[in-house]
Amino acid sequence: MVRGTIFCLAAALASPVASAALSIFATVPEWGALAQELGGDKVKVYVATNALQDPHHVEARPSLIARARGADLVVATGAELEIGWLPLVLQQAGNEKVQPGAPGYFEATSVVTLLDKPARLDRAEGDVHPFGDPHIQTDARNIARVAAALAQRFAQLDPANAATYQARQKQFADKWTAAIARWEQQAAPLKGVGVVVQHKGFTYLIHWLGLREITALEPKPGIEPTTAHLANVLETLQRNPAKMVLRAAYQSDRASQWIAERAKIKAVVLPFTVGGTDGAKDLAGLFDDTIKRLLEGAK
Amino acid sequence: MKSMLWCCVVACAFAPAAHAASDAELDAIRGEIRALKDQYEARIKALEERLKAAEARAAEPAPAPPPAPVASTQSSISAFNPAISAILAGQYANLSADPTRARLAGFPSAAIETGRRGFSLNESELQLSANVDHKFAGNLVFSISPEDKVEVEEAFGTFNGAPFGVVPRFGRFLSGFGYLNEQHAHAWDFVDAPLAYQAFVGGQYRTDGVQLAWVAPIEHFVQLGVEGGNGAAFPGTERNKNGINSAVAFVKTGGDIGESHSWLAGISYLRTHAEGRPPAPGDDFALNAPFTGTSKLWNASFVWKYAPNGNPHTTNFKFQAEYFRALEDGNFSTRQNGWYAQGAYQFMPLWRVGLRYDRLGAGTFDLGFHPERGTAMVDWSPSEFSRLRLQIARAKLAPDFTDNELFVQYILSLGAHGAHKF
Repeated sequence: MVRGTIFCLAAALASPVASAALSIFATVPEWGALAQELGGDKVKVYVATNALQDPHHVEARPSLIARARGADLVVATGAELEIGWLPLVLQQAGNEKVQPGAPGYFEATSVVTLLDKPARLDRAEGDVHPFGDPHIQTDARNIARVAAALAQRFAQLDPANAATYQARQKQFADKWTAAIARWEQQAAPLKGVGVVVQHKGFTYLIHWLGLREITALEPKPGIEPTTAHLANVLETLQRNPAKMVLRAAYQSDRASQWIAERAKIKAVVLPFTVGGTDGAKDLAGLFDDTIKRLLEGAK
Repeated sequence: MKSMLWCCVVACAFAPAAHAASDAELDAIRGEIRALKDQYEARIKALEERLKAAEARAAEPAPAPPPAPVASTQSSISAFNPAISAILAGQYANLSADPTRARLAGFPSAAIETGRRGFSLNESELQLSANVDHKFAGNLVFSISPEDKVEVEEAFGTFNGAPFGVVPRFGRFLSGFGYLNEQHAHAWDFVDAPLAYQAFVGGQYRTDGVQLAWVAPIEHFVQLGVEGGNGAAFPGTERNKNGINSAVAFVKTGGDIGESHSWLAGISYLRTHAEGRPPAPGDDFALNAPFTGTSKLWNASFVWKYAPNGNPHTTNFKFQAEYFRALEDGNFSTRQNGWYAQGAYQFMPLWRVGLRYDRLGAGTFDLGFHPERGTAMVDWSPSEFSRLRLQIARAKLAPDFTDNELFVQYILSLGAHGAHKF
C-alpha cells in the first residue's frame, strides 16, 4: 500500500491541478444537474449522493473527502440539510477554496425564501430544520432562482468563461419559464387535491401547485411512522379524505402502502430529485415525471 | 373609488350652472360634462390597468430576494456562543468475576477495566466548539468520570489557513492512530473498547502535541498524518524533557465500490518512550519490574460499510478489524500482538445487532494462554440522538479470571451534535 500511496502522490504532483474546467462538488443530484446545465463542458461535476439516498443521513465517506479536496466550488442545499456530514468533509479535506464563507461555497437556500420555519425549536418535535424546510427543489420556480445565482457564482470563479455562463443561464431561464407555464397548465386539475405525505418533504411542491396537505405519516419529521400514528392518520382520512399518499423515491414503501390499502387511495412515488425515477433523467424530466405521476394519482 | 370620483365630477360640474338656464347654455354644459366624463373614464381606466398590473406583479413571487442575514434581529452577543453538546451515558452491569481483580495476564497496561457492578454512570461528556475567527476553530471536550473527576479529554485548535491543504491541529486531541482511537466512546458500537486498545494504548491514545494531516489532491482518498507529542500517555511516561517525546504517523486510504459499498484502510505507527513505567498491579506473568525503554506500536485497520444503494436508513452493515503489534526494547524486550474484528448489522430501522471477537497474543510472556473475549450486542436508537444497548460478553483475561458480563447501557446526546467520522 505504501508503494501505491507513493505512486498516487507522484501522479498528483505530475498532473497539473489547474485544469480548464471548474470542478464542482454538488451535495445532491438536483444541484449537480443544474450545475451541468449551466456550465456545459466548462465544468466537471461530482454529485455526492444519489436519489435513492436519504439526504438527511449521509456518511462522511472517504470518497467525499477526496472529491471535496480537489473542488473549486461546493454547491450545497444549505439550511442545515447537510449538517450531518458536510462540515466534517470540508474540515478534513482542508481545501481553503470551498470552506463556508469562501466564494467556492454556495448554498442554494441562500437565494430562496424558506417555508415552514419552526416556531418552536425542540428535538422532541423530531428532526426539525431550524432555518425552515430545505427541500426547495420540489418547486420549479426555485430552480430558476438558484440558477441565476449559481451562474453568477460560476462567472465570479471563472471570469474567462463568464460570457458562456451568462449565455447558458439566459438560455436555461427562457427554457425554464416556458416549462413552468406548461407545468402549471398541466397541473391545473391538481388545485385543491388532498394529499398525505410520508415525510414533510414536498412543502414547496404542494405550495406551488396548490395541493392540499392533509397530514404526514411520520409522527414527527424524521421519526419512523408507528402503527399507532398510522391508525390516527387513517382516522383523519375518514373525516378528511385524500386522493393519494406521496413518498420520495428514497423512502421505504411500507408505511405508504399500509395507508393506501386501508384508506383505498393511491400510493404515489415521486422522484424528489434527478434520478429518483426512470422519467426524472434531468431537471426538466424531474418535473415532467412528478406532474405526470401526480395527475395519475389524482384520477 | 370610481363612484366617489363621479360624485365629485357631477357636483363640480353642476355647481356653477345652477342658476343659468337657456337651452343653448344647457347644451354647452352637457357637452362639457360629456367631455369631462370621457376624459375621467379614460383616466380611471388607465389607473385601473396600472393597479391590475401592480397587483399581478405583487402576486408573483419576488425574484430572488437577497439572503436574509440570519441573526439580523439578534443584537445579543450570545449569537456568537459556541455550539454546545452533552453526552449522558450510564449502564447497569452484571459481572460474574470481581472487577477489582481484573487484569490482562502478561500485558503491562494498568487500564484494564471490566466495569463497576450494578448501576453506574459512564463518562459524561461536555463539548464546546466554534470557529474562533477566519483562521482558527476551537474544540473543547470535558469528560466527567463517575467518580466526579473532571478531565480535559480534548482541547484543541485547528488552523484553517495552512497552505497546500495541510490541516494543523494543536493542543490535546485523540490521536489519528488506528481507526477506533479517534472516536469518542459514545460513538462506539459496543460498551467497552477492544482489548487490544486497552492493552496497548490504555484505552485510547491521546497526547498533548501537534498534528498535521493532509489529503492528497487526487480523486482517490489518501490521507497522510504526522503527530508529535509530549509522550506522557501510556505506553510512554511523563519524562520532564524538552522536544518531541512521542511521534505518530499514519496513512489512510479508502473509497467506494459501486453505490452500496465503501471502505477505509490504514496503517499507523506510534513511537514513544517510557521511564520506569510500573508493571500492571497483580500481574504475575509479566516481568514484575518497571520498564524503561522505547515503545513502538504498529496498527493496521480496515473498515467496510454496506448500505443498499448508499441508503443506510433501513438496513446497513459495518465491519471493522484492527491488528496491533507492540515492540518494546529497554531493560527488557517484549514482542506482543492483538486484534479484534467486529460487525454491526442494522436489520430494520432503529435496530442493530453486533458481534465482536478480541484476542491478544502475549508473545514474550506466552505461558500457553491467550486473553480473549467474545461479545454480542443489540441496540435500539429511536433517533440519532439516543441509544439503548444490551450487551453480553465472555472475557478470559487471565488463566484464573473468566468474566461473564451483561451490560444495559444508555447513551443520550443533547444539543448541537456534530457529525461523526466515517
